[in-house]
Amino acid sequence: MTHSIAVPATSLPATAYRLWRGADPIRKVAILIGVMLVVLAIFAPLIAPFDPNAQSLISRLRPPLGFERAKEGYLLGTDELGRDVLSRSLHGLQLTLMLAGLGATLGLLFGGTLGLLAGVVGGRTEATVMAAVDTQIAVPFTLVALFLLAILGSSIEVIVLVLGLAGWEQYARIVRGEVRRLMNMPFIEAARAAGAGPLRIARHHLLPNIVSPLVVQFTLSLSNIVLLESTLSFLGLGVQPPTATLGAMVGIGRDYMPSAPWIVVAPAMMILFITFAVQILGDWLRDGADVKLRAR
Amino acid sequence: MLSYALRTLTRMAITFFVIVTVVFFATRLSGNAVDFVVGDGITSEDRELLISYYELDRPLFTQYLAFLKSFTDGQFGLSFIERRPVSDIVLERIWPSAQLLLAAMTLTLLVSIPLGIVAAIWRDSWIGSAVMMVAFLGYAVPNFVLAVLMMLIFSYWLNWLPVVGNGTALHFIMPTIAMAGVLIAALTRFTRNAMLDVLGQDFMRTARAKGLSEGHVIIKHGLRNAGITILSVIGLQVAGIAAAGSVVIEAIFSWPGIGDLLVSAAVRRDYPVLQFGVLTVALAVIVINALVDLAYAWADPRLRHTVKGGN
Repeated sequence: MTHSIAVPATSLPATAYRLWRGADPIRKVAILIGVMLVVLAIFAPLIAPFDPNAQSLISRLRPPLGFERAKEGYLLGTDELGRDVLSRSLHGLQLTLMLAGLGATLGLLFGGTLGLLAGVVGGRTEATVMAAVDTQIAVPFTLVALFLLAILGSSIEVIVLVLGLAGWEQYARIVRGEVRRLMNMPFIEAARAAGAGPLRIARHHLLPNIVSPLVVQFTLSLSNIVLLESTLSFLGLGVQPPTATLGAMVGIGRDYMPSAPWIVVAPAMMILFITFAVQILGDWLRDGADVKLRAR
Repeated sequence: MLSYALRTLTRMAITFFVIVTVVFFATRLSGNAVDFVVGDGITSEDRELLISYYELDRPLFTQYLAFLKSFTDGQFGLSFIERRPVSDIVLERIWPSAQLLLAAMTLTLLVSIPLGIVAAIWRDSWIGSAVMMVAFLGYAVPNFVLAVLMMLIFSYWLNWLPVVGNGTALHFIMPTIAMAGVLIAALTRFTRNAMLDVLGQDFMRTARAKGLSEGHVIIKHGLRNAGITILSVIGLQVAGIAAAGSVVIEAIFSWPGIGDLLVSAAVRRDYPVLQFGVLTVALAVIVINALVDLAYAWADPRLRHTVKGGN
């Protein structure tokens, strides 16, 4: 049996309902958009009317339904190879969200572990980790990503790795700072006096207390990672064609913009929806977690 | 002040050295660069010849020392593709990048500081909320989406602005706005928060009690103090965002700057160019950060005395 301190005694649905009741209209819209996007992404293969990579050269560059020359069944039109824009957008959404989730989780694990190590062990380990953090902060991550993808190639594994590295320094900084603050608290000293080792202290006494800043950072970094993934795909350095990601669709569709703007509009709007929803939710979480802000 | 400057300089040098080292070993880690560039259509004798020409057969540490030596003699090698010295290729791109960056920074400051002040003064009215909402949503708009939508509207539909390239003043408009968008959103929020912190301070009340006009109080007493915080944010965040932004924006608008060069070098795997380009941009960011750091310490005497030894 574990003895954690900071976990509230309410159930998850009850907490979710309470949050929903307290949300203002903008946040409710953000929640709805977020839930909708996730549902669309999960069920993309079932919802999408066509195979996202199925080409049809006789129905190339058809506009969305309701316009002249539109083709029956292709709700959002077709792209330069006659592929269904709606199906590609849905599959692209799925891949984009999956990559972002994986990347953000990897960053949390990697950065969080290093931060924990730095905070708990201290000394030379801490100095090394913090020097790495400072160096990472000094270099814009887009440069690092460009460099790594050029060297290692744009396979899915490398892309997840690159997205996972993005933002690790923020987690490391937050965790290390919180740990250092908590280490001076009486309850840690009490645990130590009771004979708890460093691992036990880290797991049962430190982690439960740093969950909330980590959740906030995770949400904020999620939207950054969606942006990074879209940017890299847009530049042609992300997931390689014919696989659809939202960024790549905008990047390739750009060439057909004068005659077929719909290829760009659908994925671009989806990217906007994702980042809006995530930003608003992340900001909300931050307001809730930051006692100083709440008092204002 | 002098010792603070020295500390900043040392930290700068160490950071740059670490980056140089990481870049060198990361490039070598990926296997033999020759294989990437020439592919399979080459005899093994020719491959050996190329490897020994680029001195890739020597021990890793010897190569590393040679790489470090290139910083003292200024010989950074030739581009795999263009066959010209990489330093020439990269350096001729600096000026266009700097122009675009300056234009974007100017626009950012002109727009976001007044907006931030307005949002702070009228924070409880709809004006403040509206400004913050726009800034907030603006932060979520990816710069390439903004760029593509602007191209669609102003170049293709309205035919007002040239699509790509540089040369005339008209060419500046869309890249500048696309690059400044996120920066404006970020800096407006920071300016507002910094102003809010200052507005509640005692010296503001004193200034008002002295009978100074409201404009004078806000600009001379408010903005000047908030400026210190704003300055540090510009150093910490803006340099990074701007460097990342120029990569994307320049590539989209075919702007002949370093960002565009880096993307094409990454796509074509032109390692010497990529390596030198990344180091150049990293150095620029480090130098800008250090300058802001020094300006910060100069503007706020408390900092250079208290920061000693702590963090």
